[in-house]
Formats: sequence, structure tokens, C-alpha cells
Amino acid sequence: MDSPLVSARKLGVRRGGRWAVRGVDLGVSRGELVTLIGPNGGGKSTIAKAMLGLIAPDEGGVERAPGIKISYVPQKMAADWTLPMSVARFMHLTGGAKEPDIAVSLEEAGATGLADSPLHALSGGEFQRVMLARALARRPDLLVLDEPVQGVDFSGELALYDLIDHAVEKHNCGVLLISHDLHVVMARTDRVYCIQGHVCCSGAPQQVAENEEYARLFGPGAVGAIAVFKHDLAHHHGHHDGEGH
Amino acid sequence: MALLDDFLVRAAIGGVLLALITGPLGAFVVWRRLSYFGDTMSHSALLGVTISLGFSIDLFIGIFAVAAAVALLLNAARDRVSLPPDALLGILSHAALATGLVIIALVGNVRIDLMAFLFGDILALSAEDLALLAGGVVVVWIALALIWRPLLADTVSVELAAAEGLRTRTARLVFVLLLAGTIALSIKIVGVLLITAMLIIPASTARMAAKRPESMALGAAGFGIATVAGGLALSYYANTPTGPSIVMLSAAIFIMAAAISLGLGRMQR
Repeated sequence: MDSPLVSARKLGVRRGGRWAVRGVDLGVSRGELVTLIGPNGGGKSTIAKAMLGLIAPDEGGVERAPGIKISYVPQKMAADWTLPMSVARFMHLTGGAKEPDIAVSLEEAGATGLADSPLHALSGGEFQRVMLARALARRPDLLVLDEPVQGVDFSGELALYDLIDHAVEKHNCGVLLISHDLHVVMARTDRVYCIQGHVCCSGAPQQVAENEEYARLFGPGAVGAIAVFKHDLAHHHGHHDGEGH
Repeated sequence: MALLDDFLVRAAIGGVLLALITGPLGAFVVWRRLSYFGDTMSHSALLGVTISLGFSIDLFIGIFAVAAAVALLLNAARDRVSLPPDALLGILSHAALATGLVIIALVGNVRIDLMAFLFGDILALSAEDLALLAGGVVVVWIALALIWRPLLADTVSVELAAAEGLRTRTARLVFVLLLAGTIALSIKIVGVLLITAMLIIPASTARMAAKRPESMALGAAGFGIATVAGGLALSYYANTPTGPSIVMLSAAIFIMAAAISLGLGRMQR
């Protein structure tokens, strides 16, 4: 495997006089889907922001490969009425997206019909589709997604996760995904990190699912739920099965 | 140039040049919710006036320096003080205005036309003032074009813009300096108390018709020019103070545009 696109070493960030996260080692390489799971307030977003350079680490360090193109879907973002901006204009917000790629991404995210809509008029689910389409249209080397499917209905959610898979496989980008959506995440991820102030456990989904720390964080029910869901998904996602059955 | 000998012509040209500056900058003031921030900066301009006179430096440079210093101080304080931003702005805004007024009174030997600084005196514009304003238009438009993408992206989402590698810090700094320069340029025309009106009202009016950020910025310049022309005419024929006439007309146009927009159902949240 080539050197990681972004990596954290002994990363620690202090917030309000205490450690929000500490001692985090993780990296994302090309063609890899890495997921952070864990309870709210456990520091998942803090780690992602530190890896993006939005927060300066108080301990340890973060390294990003020079010259890589990064796309980010932040967790909290709202469009404001005062700024008139159509979805089509939003696609060019930070630059680096080509028209044909934009058309493809909007289509794949099921947002083609929204191109002329003003950003502030979108529903929560539509907004997330557009955010993901914009991030993908830039053809990034690294994609950082913080709860990217919030507000999207369940079937739409699966389609958006397909889209993320697709980006990893076809465009060979690396993805750092934050999600609390255990079922889907555990079925599709290359590596999982459970975060609660530190890395509680990490590894391939199946390994993590068998870890007692995982069961402690999410309850014993979570372990069984994965197996069932995984089996179900395997029907249309052949490339993801092959372990744990 | 004989044409420039007429004070009314100079006033019209000065007003148009100022509208070309405040239009696009005002769009960002509205988008970034900086109207009170702009107010605070412009109130500090009075302090700049006294410093300019006290140290015999150019009025533009004195006001620009004080307004920029106050803006940078505000930005630094906002990250460190847990007081809510509006309270912080309220304190600094009125502190700056009051201090300026007190110092002007203390420096009794210098004759200052206080009303001219508070409400502007567009009819007193000189040819040199116009040259300075024209230079301001060139600088503001070129600088805004250069920082447009990072500043706009930063306005939409600070974190998204920074994460995707845009130089947002530089863009924000340039923007604040442009704003300080604008305040220094506009004090003679509309005065300390009405500068923010020139920034906010034309931009808000343009919002009613705009579908793109760029068209809102240009539309703001257009509405600004129209209100300057109308306000000058009103002031000339009705013998009313010029700065307030411009701002009042500007507000009247905004209210009409808002009413039409509401009627068309375009302003609903």
C-alpha cells in the first residue's frame, strides 16, 4: 500500500480545559474507506477537523500528502437566504470541478433536477445530496465526510453509500467517513475506528464487531445486527462479502 | 476641466464612485452579517479624524488606520472573549464614537465641522477627493476580483473553504482592509453615522432581484448609483441635507422592492 494521503500520529486535541481526544493514530490511503464510529461528543468530528488542518493539534501531529485535492462535507452547514446561490453555482464554490463531472455527480446523487434551485430552498435530504455531489464532482484525492447522509431517507441513504463506494473503487480516492449508522458502515468499510476520547478499538469491521469494547460502546445487540444486515447487502454488493459468514 | 468646476457635478461623480465601491463590498457585509461590525468601524472613524488633525496627517490615512485597527482588534477579541459578539460590538462602537466626540471637544483650538463628519458633505467634494475615490474604485474592484472565490466560499462555510485549501485567512484580512478604506473614503460623502447604510441598503435591495452572488454585488452598485442621483436631486430641489436624502431614498427603494418581492412570494423563509 502506498503512503497515506493523511495520517495522524499520537494526535491530541484539548477543548475547554480537557482532552477532547488523545493518542489517536490513524491514516487514510488511496482506495481505502476508513470509518470513525462512536457516541456523540466522543471526538469523531474533532479528529476529522484536525486531520483537515482546521484545528491545530495540542499533541502529536497530522501529516497530509502535499498537493492532494481534498473535498469536505462538514456536519453542520446551512444555506442562508441572504446569499442568492443556485445549486449549479454552488458546484463551483471552491473550484476544481469540471462541468461534465458535475453533471455526472448530480445525476448519481439523484439531484439533477435541483441544479437551478436556490440552495436555501432545499430540504435537509436534498441539501445532503447536493453536498455529496459537489464533493465528488471535484474528483478529490481525499474525501472527508462528516455524517453525510443525515436527513436522507433510508433507501436514499443506501444509494448515497453506493456513491461513496463507487468513488473509492472507480476514482481510487481515500475516504474518511464519520457515521453513527452502524449497520451500513460496518458492512462496507475497510477499517473501522471506535472513538470515545481515544481509539477504543480498530480494525476490519468483523474484528471490531467481535471486540468487547465495541459491544460495550454500542450494546450487545449491535453485533448481531451487523451480521444480518451484512448478509442482506451481499446480494447486490458482491465485492463486500467473503468474510465472517 | 470646466465640468468639474460645478460642485453639483463633482457631488454626482463622487456619489457614483462611492456607490461602485459600497455595492459589491456591501453584498459581503450583508452575507457575512457584518452590518454592526461596519457600524463599529465607521464610528471609530471620528477617532481617526481627531488623530489626523492632531498629528497633521492625511485624513484618509488617519481614518483608515484607526478603522483597520479597530476591526483587527475586534476580530482578535471575538475569538478570546466569551461576551456575545453583539455586546462586544455595542461596547466598542459606542466607546469609539463617544471617545471621538470627547477628544474633538478637548482639542478646542482646532476648528472642526462636526456635522460634516457625522452626516457628510457631498457638496464640498474637491477634484482631489474625486481622484482618491476613483483610485478606491480601481483598488476595491481588483482586490475583490482576486479574493472573490476564497471570500465567497468562506462566507458559505468557513470550514469547507479552509479544508479544501482556499486561502481564506488572507481573503478575510484583505476584505477588512477594503472595508476600512471604504469608510475612510466615504466619511466626506455620507458621514460617520450613515456609511453602513450605503453598504447595507443597496445590497439588500439587490437581493430581491438577484439569483447569483455576482449579480447581487453588481445590482447593489446599480441601486447605489440610482439612489445617489435621486438623493442629490431631492436635496437640490427640496433644499434638504444631501447625505440623509440619499440614505432616505435608498431606504424607500428598498421598502418598495421588499414589498414587490413579498407580493411575488419570493422573500418567504
